[in-house]
Amino acid sequence: MRFMLLFSRQGKLRLQKWFLATADRDKKKLVRELMQVVLARKPKMCSFLEWRDLKVVYKRYASLYFCCAIEGQDNELITLELIHRYVELLDKYFGSVCELDIIFNFEKAYFILDEFVMGGEIQDTSKKSVLKAIEQADLLQEVRHPCGASLGSTP
Amino acid sequence: MALKMVKGSIDRMFDKNLQDLVRGIRNHKEDEAKYISQCIDEIKQELKQDNIAVKANAVCKLTYLQMLGYDISWAAFNIIEVMSASKFTFKRIGYLAASQCFHEGTDVIMLTTNQIRKDLSSPNQYDTGVALTGLSCFVTPDLARDLANDIMTLMSHTKPYIRKKAVLIMYKVFLKYPESLRPAFPRLKEKLEDPDPGVQSAAVNVICELARRNPKNYLSLAPLFFKLMTSSTNNWVLIKIIKLFGALTPLEPRLGKKLIEPLTNLIHSTSAMSLLYECVNTVIAVLISLSSGMPNHSASIQLCVQKLRILIEDSDQNLKYLGLLAMSKILKTHPKSVQSHKDLILQCLDDKDESIRLRALDLLYGMVSKKNLMEIVKKLMIHVDKAEGTTYRDELLTKIIDICSQSNYQYITNFEWYISILVELTRLEGTRHGHLIAAQMLDVAIRVKAIRKFAVSQMAMLLDNAHLIASNTQRNGICEVLYAAAWICGEFSEHLEEANQTLEAMLRPKVTTLPGHIQAVYVQNMVKLYASILQQKEQAGEKEAAQEITQLMIDRLPQFVQSADLEVQERASCILQLIKYIQKLQVKEVPVAEEVIALFAGELNPVAPKAQKKVPVPEGLDLDAWINEPPSDSESEEEKPKTIFHDEEQRHSRHRQPEIDEEELARRREARKQEQANNPFYIKSSPSPQKRYQDTPGVEHIPVVQIDLSVPLKVPGMPMSDQYVKLEEERRHKQKLEKDKKKKKQKKEKRGKHHRHNSLHTESEEDIAPAHHVDIITEEMPENALPSDEDDKDPNDPYKALDIDLDKPLADSEKLPVQRHRNVETLKSPDSEALLVEKKSKKPKKKEKKHKEKEREKGKKKEKKVVQEEEEKKGEDLDFWLSTAPPPAPTTQPQSEPEVGAALVAEPQEIKKEEREEQDEEEDDEGKKSSKHKKKKHKKEEKSKDKKKSKKKTHHSEEETTESVQNGTLDDEPLPPMSSYRLLAENPYIKMTYDIQGNLQNDSQVTVSVIFENKSTSFLKSMELNVLDSLNTRMLRPEGSSVHDGIPVPFQLPPGISNEAQFVFTLQSIVMAQKLKGTLSFIVKNDEGSTHEKLDFKLHFSCASYLITTPCYSDAFAKLLESGDLHMSSIKVDGISISFQHLLAKICFHHHFSVVERVDSCASMYSRSIQGHHVCLLVKKGENSVSIDGKCNDSTLLSNLLDEMKETLSKC
Repeated sequence: MRFMLLFSRQGKLRLQKWFLATADRDKKKLVRELMQVVLARKPKMCSFLEWRDLKVVYKRYASLYFCCAIEGQDNELITLELIHRYVELLDKYFGSVCELDIIFNFEKAYFILDEFVMGGEIQDTSKKSVLKAIEQADLLQEVRHPCGASLGSTP
Repeated sequence: MALKMVKGSIDRMFDKNLQDLVRGIRNHKEDEAKYISQCIDEIKQELKQDNIAVKANAVCKLTYLQMLGYDISWAAFNIIEVMSASKFTFKRIGYLAASQCFHEGTDVIMLTTNQIRKDLSSPNQYDTGVALTGLSCFVTPDLARDLANDIMTLMSHTKPYIRKKAVLIMYKVFLKYPESLRPAFPRLKEKLEDPDPGVQSAAVNVICELARRNPKNYLSLAPLFFKLMTSSTNNWVLIKIIKLFGALTPLEPRLGKKLIEPLTNLIHSTSAMSLLYECVNTVIAVLISLSSGMPNHSASIQLCVQKLRILIEDSDQNLKYLGLLAMSKILKTHPKSVQSHKDLILQCLDDKDESIRLRALDLLYGMVSKKNLMEIVKKLMIHVDKAEGTTYRDELLTKIIDICSQSNYQYITNFEWYISILVELTRLEGTRHGHLIAAQMLDVAIRVKAIRKFAVSQMAMLLDNAHLIASNTQRNGICEVLYAAAWICGEFSEHLEEANQTLEAMLRPKVTTLPGHIQAVYVQNMVKLYASILQQKEQAGEKEAAQEITQLMIDRLPQFVQSADLEVQERASCILQLIKYIQKLQVKEVPVAEEVIALFAGELNPVAPKAQKKVPVPEGLDLDAWINEPPSDSESEEEKPKTIFHDEEQRHSRHRQPEIDEEELARRREARKQEQANNPFYIKSSPSPQKRYQDTPGVEHIPVVQIDLSVPLKVPGMPMSDQYVKLEEERRHKQKLEKDKKKKKQKKEKRGKHHRHNSLHTESEEDIAPAHHVDIITEEMPENALPSDEDDKDPNDPYKALDIDLDKPLADSEKLPVQRHRNVETLKSPDSEALLVEKKSKKPKKKEKKHKEKEREKGKKKEKKVVQEEEEKKGEDLDFWLSTAPPPAPTTQPQSEPEVGAALVAEPQEIKKEEREEQDEEEDDEGKKSSKHKKKKHKKEEKSKDKKKSKKKTHHSEEETTESVQNGTLDDEPLPPMSSYRLLAENPYIKMTYDIQGNLQNDSQVTVSVIFENKSTSFLKSMELNVLDSLNTRMLRPEGSSVHDGIPVPFQLPPGISNEAQFVFTLQSIVMAQKLKGTLSFIVKNDEGSTHEKLDFKLHFSCASYLITTPCYSDAFAKLLESGDLHMSSIKVDGISISFQHLLAKICFHHHFSVVERVDSCASMYSRSIQGHHVCLLVKKGENSVSIDGKCNDSTLLSNLLDEMKETLSKC
């Protein structure tokens, strides 16, 4: 996988993960272009499209588009499954996730993604172990900072 | 300090946190940019504070802003600060920010190296994890180089959480720092069998990704992956493995055969669509890579097509799309199986989803045949009418043209139909592809001579109705077809029936509204028309009519003379003058038609697009050489252009007149004709298929249908291609009836002789003969065209660097850089321990100074052996694993080839005695050559494919020394080794030849390959081979059988067939030659019944058969000799007449040695026994004698070897 994007129906980027280091300018260009292409597609259309030299797999959940760019030989269906699993993870973590959860806790969304996918390859196929890792890492954070509001005041 | 902290916490309360920022942005929708720049200012203030919590908060906010598209690269240093925070909370934010905005251009990135290393070795696994995750996003070549070793260590971490991350990130490291691949690979391989499924799947992922890019280096892992595939239940992993196999099979067809079964099982059993899809894709790839014509494969293809049909029929758009996609892959190789699902594909054209429709269109392109082309195009035409958006309609239009014109109009049987399709397409309004239609019209009219008459009539009609097409001229591109129409009518005006009418149509005032380039063509072609009308009238003697037409031209042309378009104006005024002149002549009653016609005499032929490129460079012409010396710099500026111009002109004139004599031209023409005859797409004008049909003896009386144009020309707007479809169907029906008639006749005639194979009539492609004498003129090529040049590979492939041979042992220089100042416990893998000096590079001199150098050397040698053995084993394993029949024998004497080659090429050299020392220093060309060969050879050994090649070569070059071996193996296994097969025993029924090879996998085993050849006319079966074991040498029998049991030969032999079987023997000592007595018992079965027969033999294990040809390099060889623990012995053989090269080749071939170095008439040679004895030889040739000095760890072995050699040489 080359990159993953989350954006809203209005074309606002909500999350971007680049598995290949890319310069900002190129990122912006690619995102803009891809968003246009995907948003222009009708709801009944299939989730795959060939775009530049990549294949794009996207799926819409409520108002959010989850969109992955994969390479020519990659399996589209398993990528779709990956998207779905990520959504499930978010759902489990936030408890019926909505767009606002991802906006306000965008770093958490990233952390979950990082536990799930690394370098563009799926890291752990078990939802349980991903959630466990996230919980424990969070715990580490909580233990050291009992009250979330005044973060950082205690050494 | 405390105060500062308190202050920090108070500040903190007034700071915005991320939530505030997000909320703020949402509340400032109108002046978002302003609000954000305000926030960035605040963040900048926060970053200046010492409190890490404040900084982290600021960085977190920046990360959010970065996502919104704001540049935060200025804060890179602050991000690093936050990364190095001791608290996980902050560190996490720091790494997140870094992973989002760092890239190779970020200059501060090099500051992170030590921080990352520290985090990697943190006791807290989440610190390590977060560092690995971050690194995976921004790893640079420098970071990869510096941290490769640390990450490699983490691959063996106790926690699977870390292991799996470390394994995954290695892929990124390999990409950035390819040198790390070889050292890290053994450990990566280990991880394939990690107890933790997550780590295992990570390793599978990484290796699959690597292997997809450079599959050939990973062939040896196939057995391991095969095991994983059959045992794993994780679909994610399975998909990766299957994908990997898809990449490997093109390199190893045997693998494909092995895969088909488990894959089809998976296809049957799995419920996961993703896995099913992957399996189908791989099966397709496998079947493509396997040569066609194999049995059972049609079943697999059928299965795939069936499953794909289910996908396409599914209501899920995604599955439909993928089904069509995969279908198009099958189509390329198995068009027949897909064609039967035409209905389904056509159905997909009605789908709501445009991308599905386009996929279906792609498929249709490959599905057409002569039989169904018309039907498919008809359906497409309906879609053209229905299509709403212009983009999709244009797409349909181009597809129709693509489908029809593919492979030189291969599938068009009726060009009248095609022309009418094209004419119908002109009714499309607003298409951008008018020029495409025009190009097709021109192409067909020019290349299909038979259709010109019809084409001209259709084009005349188009011209007549130009007002319909060009109603809103500028807005659509369809008026381009008028360009074609005008040209065709003009150029082929002799076919025009109502030329007057057409001419008039072209002279209409409305024409002046057409685009300029079309008008220009109009003007030019109306003269052509005029000329032909003139001729017609003159011949008919209608002078007045001729003058009338001239007058018409003179009346109407001025409207073009006034054109604003230069081209039109110029042509028109020129032609007007010409016609005025003609008029003058006409008044004088001078016949002019002949001369006017002469203006347009000659035929234009199409030129192939590559023709120019393919003009061969005439002999003796060097295009790179200067014809005139280039102007020197000293020349003045003004002079330059002149000179260059002059220069170019000269070059031009040279080009045009390549001096080729008549004979050469005739020869080339002949060659071209030959080529055209072989070109399936070149439909020869005579004899046409129908003519041939006529020529068939006995069928002259069958009339050939002459289709006349029974369809009257139609008013545009009425689709008429349909009528052609009907007509065509009728025609085919007639044809078929005739054929059947013919067949019946033939049957009558031939009755009683033999049964016809295909009595059941199916209408196959070939049965449909084209309606016309179709004459497709191929595009012209220059005489003696050059063969097309291949495209170069893309040199910028990022994965190219990872094309690394992983089976080669590790070299010293390849070790990963280890940071010395830290206590890194380097885990030693066996391979990295077994350091071996890179073969190409000479050993560094430093080493010689080191303490206990010799002992080290010895140690290294041993390790080298181990490594080589392992490495050879790998190749062997794969072969063993892949072969279903008896395993092929290990590689034999690959070394013998170069020497023999040299012997054949090189002139016999002068014989001189030279000192040993000189040999070491000077390297004769010959020596270099052979050592080069050896390097190549060494590589070859690892690849079974190459193995085949080398064996074949060996076979050719060794014809004189080997008995010819018939290849009777039933499978397409590699050929049995073409080595020194010696006669074992022979009787009237059977002949046995054998060869003994050291077993590379086991130091106490040898493999005896016996070729059994049935010499009789009877069937030989139940063959059983038994050997009387000695104390030292025993035959390896299956477990549970006693020493007196024989081993059944795993095949039977029909008459005249030979086959090879292998038997493994275990040995204790190899220093002595051995002889074992044995018996082959078998049953002879023929018409008279079966008899039991026996054949006794003696199996001779020479000492040479325990040696394995092993390449050795001169420096290593010298060390070995110096080491002093080798025993020495020598022999001398007189009466040698053969050349030295030949002699060396013999030693190499029969005694399994390889040449280390050769200087004139001296050579040093090396070999190694299966138990690791080094054998070194120095061979010197005198006038008529050869002396061989040998050194070996074991004196008995050496003397026995030398004795054997003496025997071989004395036969020379």
